[in-house]
Amino acid sequence: MDFSNTEEQQMLQESVQKFVHKSYDFDTRNKIIDSDKGYSEENWQLFAELGWLTVPFSEADGGFGGSAVDLAVMMEEFGKAMLVEPFIATAVLSGGLISAQGSAEQKAEILPQIMEGKLQLACAYAEPGSRYNLANIKTTAVADGDSVVINGDKTAVLNASNAEVLVVVARESGEATDSEGISVFLVDAASTGISIHAYANVDGKKAAEISLKDVTVPASARLGSAATAFSALQATIDRATVAVSGEAVGAMEALLHKTVEYSKTRKQFGTAIGTFQALQHRMADMFIECQLARSIVIMAAMKLDSGDNQLEKTKAVSAAKSRVGKAIRKVSQEAIQIHGGIGMTEELDVGHLFKLVTAVEIMFGNTDYHTERFASL
Amino acid sequence: MNADFTAEELQFEQEVREFLQNDFPADYREKIDAGIRLSKEELVHWQKILYKKGWAAPNWPVEYGGTGWTATQKHIFATEMGLIGAPEPVPFGMKMVAPVIMAYGSDEQKQRFLPDILESNVWWCQGYSEPNSGSDLASLKTSAVRDGDEYVVNGSKTWNTYGQYADWIFCLVRTDNSVKKQEGISFLLIDMKSPGITLKPIVLLDGHAEVNEVFFDDVRVSASNLIGEENKGWTYAKVLLTHERTNISGVPRGKRRLAALKRIASNTDDGFGGNMMDNTAFKKKLAEAEIELQALEYSELRTLAALSVGKAPGPESSILKIVGTELAQLMDELFVDLAGYHCLPFVPEQFEDGFQGESIGPGNSAAAALTYFNNRKLSIFGGSNEIQRNIISKAVLGL
Ligand SMILES: Cc1cc2nc3c(=O)[nH]c(=O)nc-3n(C[C@H](O)[C@H](O)[C@H](O)COP(=O)(O)OP(=O)(O)OC[C@H]3O[C@@H](n4cnc5c(N)ncnc54)[C@H](O)[C@@H]3O)c2cc1C
Repeated sequence: MDFSNTEEQQMLQESVQKFVHKSYDFDTRNKIIDSDKGYSEENWQLFAELGWLTVPFSEADGGFGGSAVDLAVMMEEFGKAMLVEPFIATAVLSGGLISAQGSAEQKAEILPQIMEGKLQLACAYAEPGSRYNLANIKTTAVADGDSVVINGDKTAVLNASNAEVLVVVARESGEATDSEGISVFLVDAASTGISIHAYANVDGKKAAEISLKDVTVPASARLGSAATAFSALQATIDRATVAVSGEAVGAMEALLHKTVEYSKTRKQFGTAIGTFQALQHRMADMFIECQLARSIVIMAAMKLDSGDNQLEKTKAVSAAKSRVGKAIRKVSQEAIQIHGGIGMTEELDVGHLFKLVTAVEIMFGNTDYHTERFASL
Repeated sequence: MNADFTAEELQFEQEVREFLQNDFPADYREKIDAGIRLSKEELVHWQKILYKKGWAAPNWPVEYGGTGWTATQKHIFATEMGLIGAPEPVPFGMKMVAPVIMAYGSDEQKQRFLPDILESNVWWCQGYSEPNSGSDLASLKTSAVRDGDEYVVNGSKTWNTYGQYADWIFCLVRTDNSVKKQEGISFLLIDMKSPGITLKPIVLLDGHAEVNEVFFDDVRVSASNLIGEENKGWTYAKVLLTHERTNISGVPRGKRRLAALKRIASNTDDGFGGNMMDNTAFKKKLAEAEIELQALEYSELRTLAALSVGKAPGPESSILKIVGTELAQLMDELFVDLAGYHCLPFVPEQFEDGFQGESIGPGNSAAAALTYFNNRKLSIFGGSNEIQRNIISKAVLGL
């Protein structure tokens, strides 16, 4: 047994740390969020050069290897620095779904463009009433000769306003919550009938509400075969779930570290507040939560990389997301509380880490959802 | 033991209910339901409606324009206000500085300040906390040096709620450095228009500049604005703090929010063909919140019963502060749970009055995260919940 990082993982970790140290301090991040696109294209090119964009992809796809553990290790560093670049949206979700469901030609056409940093995508799966049920797809795709006509509404679509291509999950047959009947289409974001209402999320990442009205695409825009995409969708979301859980582990680590440091310097009643046992125990609990979150993310990532069956994997992912979600509430709330008033301000990074992990708790299913899914499997 | 209202109390309850139904402006109610913050003008307008009715200051003695209500009547009034969502008066004038002026101010000060507070003509803010003096308030450094008939004030205050709206600020200032820290503090009223005062807004996590830093640079304040005696300010402020901690449990507001949670839950798809009221995990948490609210309500009623037989609010009021704020924060989490993806958009401006754009998300679900972030303040201010627990362990448990 060996839980230490491989040499490759260590290099990946150091590579992100070096980049953050040099070019991604808190002020820079805030400027990027305030910019038009809400992410830095320059950084994105750098990510491509550094090979980060290949990490989610298998060697067969021309990637770094596609290990979930690698991905989690990298995301942890992203989380510490609160990177807002659309890595999850373009590489993990869209790229992941194309890799899992696309034909050989589709993959050969798109995946290299993603890995080279030339193409931005957004994966539109969630719908206003679907909550976290991935099979709940009401957006319809109806064949019309050589074309397919798509109608529906999508919610919380990460990176939609910057994407050239939307990866749209739609239903070709079956009832609203059937897992059968779901297909995925690559849709030019500039197509007639698409309207995008963009905003920034609480964690600074761009997202949008999308409505599709009679959006017509050629049948060749369908990824792989018709009405078979559910398991690819679920596997992709599962990987993304582990990735953002890794991101949360990094952010929580940062919250813990910053809180402990602050408690050593902030003086009240003539002494550092870190000397109050009431606070010491709470920080000890934060530490415990961080450790447990880290452990279960490693467990889930290892399961995803193992030869276990899909059910085992999905169950491990839900275990991780559920436990991480619990840690998120505890660690982030305590961090703010122990900082006192200053923790409530826009000005301090602690509050932004709090917002980031709050978003992760919801992303791809909140704690309750994953606890119930775990119980039901 | 008996928790029933008398016939007269029930009649009073009816009267309050009818008044609020008729006189609390319907558009304010709509705004509050939509998560939109009322403006200063609207808050003042509402306060003046209460004033005309003679109900502006239920907690004031009759001689200053109070209602003369019993503790139970005050409770009924606060409950009905909370249930309908009507904002309480901004506390700084009515609940914080006025009791101090009544208890320790001169007759001249009473005549000068109290009527305008009662009538909501003057907006007050609280200048206690400083960057380095939060929980340890008595360590405050902002100084006031006597110079003839005036004090010259230098230093800075922070976390000043709605200072941007305020006409006056009541401050704790240091007037003597040579004695124990609690014994060199004075209570001074300062006109916010005085030369030398500058305000710097502080934006909080919900994107709203609710608080400010206030800087004092050689601000000259007439000595007639000193409350009571020099260097006695700490004693006065402590009295005020216990006032601050009554009516803080927020039970009525909690009931209203609980009802909102139920309403929203039954209108929120669970994603599997039902609604969130069918979701066992959510229902269990909702039930736990409701049970906690009931325990809190009866704790408050017990405190109230003690008050009405003449006992002063004791350290037990710390219980109400702790449980009330932590329960409110728990409900914030439930709103976030319900909203799911729909609370991720960070668009604070859509909850500002007069927003013209297209709103995001069903109802005001996008407000859920903003409120969740902002309400972390509840356990920090008004004496942090750690400080409240210290009070219980020392003053109640004798540890
Ligand atoms: C939104 C908001 C509005 C406010 N409005 C006003 C206002 O209008 N006027 C005003 O004067 N002030 C206001 N305050 C200030 C508020 O009263 C202070 O934030 C509060 O007293 C805590 O002080 P602090 O923020 O400096 O935290 P600190 O005192 O530095 O405390 C940091 C942490 O240490 C803990 N701690 C401190 N001492 C102990 C101890 N002995 N034992 C255990 N734990 C301890 C605290 O509980 C907290 O968790 C406001 C604050 C906020 C957040």
